[in-house]
Amino acid sequence: MSTNEITPEKMYDEFVKGIWKENPVFVQVLAMCPMLAVTNTALNAVAMGVATAFVLIGSSTLVSLLRHHIPKQVRISTYIIIIATFVTLADFSLEALVPAIHRELGAFISLIVANCLILGRQEAFASRNPTRLAILDAAGMSIGFLFAMLCLGGVREILGSGSLFGISLFGPNFEPWVIMILPPGGFLMLGLFLLLFNWLGQRKAARAAAKDAEGAHA
Amino acid sequence: MSNLLWIFVGAMVVNNFTLYYFLGLCPFFGVSGRLIVAFRLGLATIFVMIITSLCASFLNAFILPHAPYLKLISFIVVIASTVQFVELAIKKLSPALFRALGIFLPLITTNCAILFLALTQTSKEYSLIQGLVFALGAGSGFTLALVLMAALREEADLSNIPSVIKGTALNMILAGLLSLAFMGFAGLFSAA
Repeated sequence: MSTNEITPEKMYDEFVKGIWKENPVFVQVLAMCPMLAVTNTALNAVAMGVATAFVLIGSSTLVSLLRHHIPKQVRISTYIIIIATFVTLADFSLEALVPAIHRELGAFISLIVANCLILGRQEAFASRNPTRLAILDAAGMSIGFLFAMLCLGGVREILGSGSLFGISLFGPNFEPWVIMILPPGGFLMLGLFLLLFNWLGQRKAARAAAKDAEGAHA
Repeated sequence: MSNLLWIFVGAMVVNNFTLYYFLGLCPFFGVSGRLIVAFRLGLATIFVMIITSLCASFLNAFILPHAPYLKLISFIVVIASTVQFVELAIKKLSPALFRALGIFLPLITTNCAILFLALTQTSKEYSLIQGLVFALGAGSGFTLALVLMAALREEADLSNIPSVIKGTALNMILAGLLSLAFMGFAGLFSAA
């Protein structure tokens, strides 16, 4: 198995990194198709986030368990088939349990197969790490993805329909900003979120540089 | 005949896969840096789409009625093998293009536009010909969006832009404006 010890700190690190430091959407800019397509309401965003989490955690577990048995040449096809199996499961379960949401999300549930975040995690992490770490990594990434979906879905629903999770926020006098729930609004809003993250990153770097300079003076 | 025309125009501009359905965004942002590379990736995608549409028609006719739960798995296997084939062909025919496309060539497999094409074709019950026209329209629409985006980005590279917005944030806002322009085509269908 792995040569280095699995300490609690390491497990914690692998779990936490996906939520903020390596957030799959805001930092790595992956998985943008579902990110933009189903975030017109917060509820859709959450349903999509949960379905993606199920597929990601399921396939990471399986890929990590099978990592010594999958031949290198056909690994990508193997991952895709494992992912497609879990997506089929998620698709049928959602159709049976919450048909209304399933109708709303439409083909985008099936399109989780083509989500580059999931395939990326299999290739970059699950196929080279022990199962415990792979599950934690997948869970962290899923939470990061869900967080990003919720940010975008929440803001777009508040501005575009004046409500959150279907509950009206501003009363009947609010003039909805319809463009926000239409496709261009998705692009613009995600652009603004990325701008915010860039700005935060630059500010942090500038502060670190200033601190270094101070340290050099003292 | 007019039916086929509407399928083509609908898939190409009115419900443009990239700007209306948000499909195929990874190559849309990843390969739109250079105009000529973007155009060639578009052509490769059109080719994969047409083959996929053809295979999906056969799968729908002969296999899937007996095993509906295999839909996703069989579609993705078809797409992955077509992409593998295109990759080999391009590597042989144009090594320069092969290097320029890099990782985005195998990633056509995870281009959700292609899977969406196969799924939509199935759910709308298109015939073989309708499916092919749909694939051609969708592929052309993807190429059009990619080329427009690449042209905008080549322009933007030459302008003086604050460093905080450079990169993906700017591309995203450019795409938003492009998508806004494409919304103008939405009137086409109700007029028809």
